Amino acid sequence: MSEKGTLQELTNAKEKWTKGTVEKALSKYKERKEEFVTSSGIPITRLGTPLDLQEVDYLDNLGFPGEYPFTRGVQPTMYRGRLWTMRQYAGFATAEESNKRYRYLLEQGQTGLSVAFDLPTQIGYDSDEPIAQGEIGKVGVAIDSLADMEVLFHEIPLDKVSTSMTINSTAAILLAMYVVVAEKQGVSLELLRGTIQNDILKEYSARGTYIFPPSPSMRLITNIFEFCAGNVPQWNTISISGYHIREAGSTAVQEVAFTLADGIAYVEAAMKAGMDVDNFAGRLSFFFNAHNDLFEEVAKFRAARKVWAKIMKERFGAKKPRSWMLRFHTQTAGSTLTAQQPDNNVVRVAMQTLAAVLGGTQSLHTNSREEALALPSEESVRIALRTQQIVAYESGVPETVDPLAGSYYVENLTLEVEKRVWEYIKKIDAMGGAVKAIEQGYIQKEIADSSYAYQKEIEAGQRIVVGLNKFQVEEQSLQGLLQVDPAVGETQIKRLQELKKSRDNLAVQNKLADLQQAAQGNDNLMPYILDAVRLYATEGEICNVLRDVFGEYRPVEIL
Amino acid sequence: MAESRIRVLVAKPGLDGHDRGAKVIARALRDAGMEVIYTGLRQTPEQIVAAAIQEDVNVVAMSLLSGAHNHLFPKVVELLKEKDAADILVIGGGVIPENDIPFLKEKGIADIFTPGTPTKKVVEYIRNNVEL
Repeated sequence: MSEKGTLQELTNAKEKWTKGTVEKALSKYKERKEEFVTSSGIPITRLGTPLDLQEVDYLDNLGFPGEYPFTRGVQPTMYRGRLWTMRQYAGFATAEESNKRYRYLLEQGQTGLSVAFDLPTQIGYDSDEPIAQGEIGKVGVAIDSLADMEVLFHEIPLDKVSTSMTINSTAAILLAMYVVVAEKQGVSLELLRGTIQNDILKEYSARGTYIFPPSPSMRLITNIFEFCAGNVPQWNTISISGYHIREAGSTAVQEVAFTLADGIAYVEAAMKAGMDVDNFAGRLSFFFNAHNDLFEEVAKFRAARKVWAKIMKERFGAKKPRSWMLRFHTQTAGSTLTAQQPDNNVVRVAMQTLAAVLGGTQSLHTNSREEALALPSEESVRIALRTQQIVAYESGVPETVDPLAGSYYVENLTLEVEKRVWEYIKKIDAMGGAVKAIEQGYIQKEIADSSYAYQKEIEAGQRIVVGLNKFQVEEQSLQGLLQVDPAVGETQIKRLQELKKSRDNLAVQNKLADLQQAAQGNDNLMPYILDAVRLYATEGEICNVLRDVFGEYRPVEIL
Repeated sequence: MAESRIRVLVAKPGLDGHDRGAKVIARALRDAGMEVIYTGLRQTPEQIVAAAIQEDVNVVAMSLLSGAHNHLFPKVVELLKEKDAADILVIGGGVIPENDIPFLKEKGIADIFTPGTPTKKVVEYIRNNVEL
C-alpha cells in the first residue's frame, strides 16, 4: 500500500519509537497484560501502522462492495440503499399467542418474522408423545400439523413478510406447511421470501436437534434445494450456522471455519446429487454470532465473505456472482449475557449490534436483557429492537460502506482470521470433510476445548465479565419474568386429539404409506411430504415414517 | 485410590441440546479428581436413573436450559426413591428462574446452580455434601 522507500523509513521510525518513547513509558508503567490476544488467540498489536498492510493488495484483498471477493460487503451501496432486516426471533406457547407477538412486532416496525419452535416440533415429536411432556411451547411455539401453522400466520400476508424459521431436522415438513398456508392464502410460491435453517451438520456438532443419521439428512437437504429451485425461487433454502457453534463455546476463527466447512459439505452433496452449482448456490445463506470482541468480530465477517467467495469461485467453479456471495443473518451472543445486573446486557447487545452492522450483516436479531434468566418480556424485546433502530437511524454508522476498511488493525486482523480459517478448512478436508470430522468428534472436541478454556479464564480472573467476576453488587432477583403457562401442553394435546378425530384418517394413512415407499427409493421427498401435510398428517407421524426408514443418529460423546 | 473418588453422573434430561454448561461442569469435576460419566443429550428420567444405579454414582448433576426443569428434575428424584437410591445427591443447573428454586428443593433436588456460578462452587458443594 506504500512505496518501498517510505516503508523502510517507516520501519526505522517505528523501531525508534519502540526503543525510545515506548521503552521509556514501559519502564515507568508496565502494560496491563503480558500478552494481548483476541478471543481466537490472535496476538494484538500495540499499534497498527501501514507496515501491517504490506500483504494487502487493495484490489485482490478488498475490491469493491458488490463485487468479488466481497470483503467490503455483498451490496454495492450496502445500508445507503436499504438498512438490514430487523428480525427478532420469537415464538412461544401456542400458535395463537405467537401470532399475537408477531403482529405486535410488525406493528413496532420490525421488517421480518423469525419463528422459534418448541423442542418437540424441532425433533419431530407430536405434543402427545411422552417424551414431549414438560417441553411443549417452552422454547418456541408448538406446531403439530398444518392446522397450527394456519393459526400461526393468521392475517399475516405471506407475500408481504419474509419469514425465517429455525428448524433443521424437520425443515422439510415445516416448509411444506408454510407452502400450503401460502397456497390457501392465494399467494404465489414465487413471491414467498424467507429462510429455513435446515443446517443439520451444526446440530450434530453444537445444537443437538438431530433425528436421522448424516446421509439421509443430507438427502432431505438436497431434496429441499431442488424443490425450492424449481418452485420457491426466492426462498433461502439453508442458513448455514456458526451462531450455535460460537454459543457452544468456539472462538471466532472456529466459528467461521466450521461453518464454511459445513457449507462445503452441503455444496458437495447437492452437486453429487446432480445439481448445477449456480442453480442452488445463490439461495445458500449464513448465520453468524456477534460477540463482544468488536474488531475481531468485524474482521471475522469480512474474512468469512472473502473465504466463501473464493471457495465458490475457485473450488466449485460457480459462475454467477450471486453464487459467490456470503449473505448472512446475525444474532447477538446469548452466551455473553449475564444473569447478574441484567440491565448491563442492553449495553453488551448495543456493542454487538455495532459489530454486526460494521461487519455488513443482511439481517439482525438483538437479544433481550433477561435472556440468561427466562424468555424475554414484551418490554425487553422492544428495547432490543430499539437498540437496532438507534444504531440504524442515529449512529451514522450505516451511512458509508464498510467504514473500518483501511484500519491498519482491522485489515491485519481480517487477514489473520482468514489465514487461520484456511488452516482449519485444510485440516477438515484432510479428514474427509465436515461430516467425517463430526463423526469422529473432532469438531465437538475443538469447541469443548475452547469453551472450557474460556470458563477457566473467567474463573481465574484473566477475563473480566462485568458484574460476574468483578464489580458485583448485592441484588434482588428480577421479578415478573415471562413464564409459559403449564396448561399450554394440555391445550395443545387436546387440539391434536380433536384434529386426529376430524380429518380423513384413511387418506392420511395412504399418503404416509406413499411417503414410506418414496423414502426407501431415491425420489425427491418434498412432494410426498406436501401431500401428507395437506391432509393434516402430523409432524410426528411424518417423522416416524422417516425414522422407520432412515434410523436415528447416535452421537459419539466426547468430553 | 479409586474407592475414595466421588462418582458423578452429569445428565441432560429432556430434549434440550444446550450442552456447553454440562460439558464444562463435567470437565471441571473431572479436573477436581472426581469420576465423571456424561450421559449425552436427550435422556429420559428413567434412563438417567438407570445409568445412575448402574454406574453406582454418588451424585446426579442435571443441566437444563429449555424450561422443562419443573417437570423433569422431580421425576428423577422420585424414580431414585422408587429404586431405593434416595441416598444419591441430586443437583441441577441451567436457566432456572429463582422463583422455581423453592419448588425444586421441596421436591428433593438438593441445590440449583444458576448461570454465572463458578465451577469451584459446584466442586466444593459436592465435596461437602457427599459422604464416601
